[in-house]
Amino acid sequence: MTELSSAPAGDNLSASPPTGTAAATPAPPRRRVRDSALIRHLAITALAGVVLWLLSLWLTPFNDLRLANGAYYFVTLAGLTLLTGLSGQISLGQGGLVAAGAYTSALLMANNHWALIPALVASVVVASLVGGLLGIAAARLRGPYLAGATLAFALALPGITDRFAGTFGGENGITTNAPVPPTSLGANFSPERWQAWIACLAALVVLLLLLNLSRAGTGRTLRAVRDDEVAASLCGINVARTQVSAFVVSAACAGVGGALYVEISNLAAPDAFAVTLSLSLLAGVVLGGLGSLAGAVYGSIVLVLLPNWSTDLANDLSLNQQVSSNLPLAFYGLVLIIAMLAAPRGIQGVVLTVTRWLRSLRAGPPDTLTPAASTPGRIDTDTSTGGEG
Amino acid sequence: MTASDTPTSGSEVVTEFVNLTLGGISSGAVYASVALALVLIWRATRIVNFAQGGMLMFTTFIAYEVIQHTGSYWFGFVVALASGFVLGALVERMLIRPVEGGPPLNAVIVTLGLLIFLEALAGMLFGGQLKSFPPAFSIRGFDVGGTRYAFAPSDTFTVLSVFGVALALGLVFRYTSLGLKMRASAFAPEVARLLGVRVGRLLTLGWALAAVAGSLAGVLVAPSVFLGPDQFDGVLIYGFVAAVIGGLDSPLGAVVGGIGLGLVLSYVSGYDSSSSVTLAALIVLMAVLMIRPGGIFSTTSVRRV
Repeated sequence: MTELSSAPAGDNLSASPPTGTAAATPAPPRRRVRDSALIRHLAITALAGVVLWLLSLWLTPFNDLRLANGAYYFVTLAGLTLLTGLSGQISLGQGGLVAAGAYTSALLMANNHWALIPALVASVVVASLVGGLLGIAAARLRGPYLAGATLAFALALPGITDRFAGTFGGENGITTNAPVPPTSLGANFSPERWQAWIACLAALVVLLLLLNLSRAGTGRTLRAVRDDEVAASLCGINVARTQVSAFVVSAACAGVGGALYVEISNLAAPDAFAVTLSLSLLAGVVLGGLGSLAGAVYGSIVLVLLPNWSTDLANDLSLNQQVSSNLPLAFYGLVLIIAMLAAPRGIQGVVLTVTRWLRSLRAGPPDTLTPAASTPGRIDTDTSTGGEG
Repeated sequence: MTASDTPTSGSEVVTEFVNLTLGGISSGAVYASVALALVLIWRATRIVNFAQGGMLMFTTFIAYEVIQHTGSYWFGFVVALASGFVLGALVERMLIRPVEGGPPLNAVIVTLGLLIFLEALAGMLFGGQLKSFPPAFSIRGFDVGGTRYAFAPSDTFTVLSVFGVALALGLVFRYTSLGLKMRASAFAPEVARLLGVRVGRLLTLGWALAAVAGSLAGVLVAPSVFLGPDQFDGVLIYGFVAAVIGGLDSPLGAVVGGIGLGLVLSYVSGYDSSSSVTLAALIVLMAVLMIRPGGIFSTTSVRRV
């Protein structure tokens, strides 16, 4: 009950109150534009789009491919952060859903010569259906039992491609053609930049949809279910349906991710969707900061850059081959451990702490605020950081 | 697929069935041992220890080195279990204690990080190429009435030692004051602490004992899967699935789940194809969890409102 009433209050800190409240209580004129969640989300998305566009022009083709990979990770992590962070259901099987999306795209594009966009939509549909089935099973399960079931799912899905090798191409998988940039962009336009544009555009659409979803009533419902299932159901929330729909939304995101993976690497093969993918997705979402879309952004940056950095580091140290080939992996493991010990709320937790500290510096000495007014606000922030966007 | 094609006589069908059953029990015993390690840690600290796969791999590598240098299998065997004990205690003290009581996912990520780190460290120290680990006893199958069965003295040793460890742990937990204290600190740490139980120390002991069960699984399974930094990932996952099937709170469930999973996977692999095994594991797990969401041996727990 307390969480339900405090969730909208927590939103006030970084976002506007819901539009309904804004209409009921007349806000000062200068805040009216900021109070419209949709306009603000559109602005955020547009800003992100401009930044990504400039970035794609500035980067080399190799780094454009990394950018596209970052978009693929972001889409997948955003779905996972909604599922695990907002609705509180752990999933070790997200890689299986990515595989479902990737194989749908690859099969339709390779065998039936579908275009990219319809194939992407089909990936979303198939992954959502698979995710819905998994979600129906998952709604009965809690904690480690859900973890075990989703882990078995992540293990089994790539196994299917091996069992029905005739359809899914077995170990070698299915190759597709790389998307060709339209001639109107000029002959020198690099295919990598085109791939990055497609991936980033898809990521922006997902960002806009999820921003609205997590701010609106759906987001509050998910948080209510996460924090206390009994209290949520007493408030008239259908807990099982909410949990299943969270699975469907996150699976749809994973489907987009799978389609983007095929768009970027032009291949759907079981090796790419092994259990390690599911585990590193979970690690990425927790490292970035669970339950926030900003955390998904940080997580995707980490997942793209960390392996490269640690490989470069290993090469620079000029160690013998046995050590240097394993150094990136060791570094990755150490980062996971140290990050969880030093920053339990991930990068987004660190960012929030730093911005709050900066804001308190700018606000001047604390006696400008009465203690009674400042303390409840701080408590609200702490309880709601898990679900902040 | 292969062996089931037009069997010539009834006795061959029987022989194949017996072979698959015995093979399933043998591999199931290994899953049971890993499951036991996971269950012990779950009961003590409410953490699913993914690092168990890395820990048992590492102790098996230590055993391999000891066997290579001393030539004695049994010395290596004992060293594996002892190093498992030490490693389990160290991991709990140094890495798990700070994240205990925090968000549950953070502890999971720490154990995942440790799994990755241990695999990389083993690759650095021992190299990536697979090594063949010696079995404790002969791997020549028993001859019964002129038919050789695919069940060897080393399989007998596997099954017996896992059952022995499970039984010993069960007896310790049920009949000794140490076991009582460990159960008390797992179920009601605050009350146990008030009554003078050194809860922290017992949690460390719980992790150490669990790691011994894991190390046992590593030494037992190494001859058949070979020894390499990531060779035990499958054993870890099937052990986890077995623990979930049995119910994470029940050591008996871990053994039953392990043997049951081993049998099912052996039949599926023998009668259908080895590439169906992962799918079969998912189906078995889902079937069990749909009927009993807390595993076979779950007890109804009070949900606090």
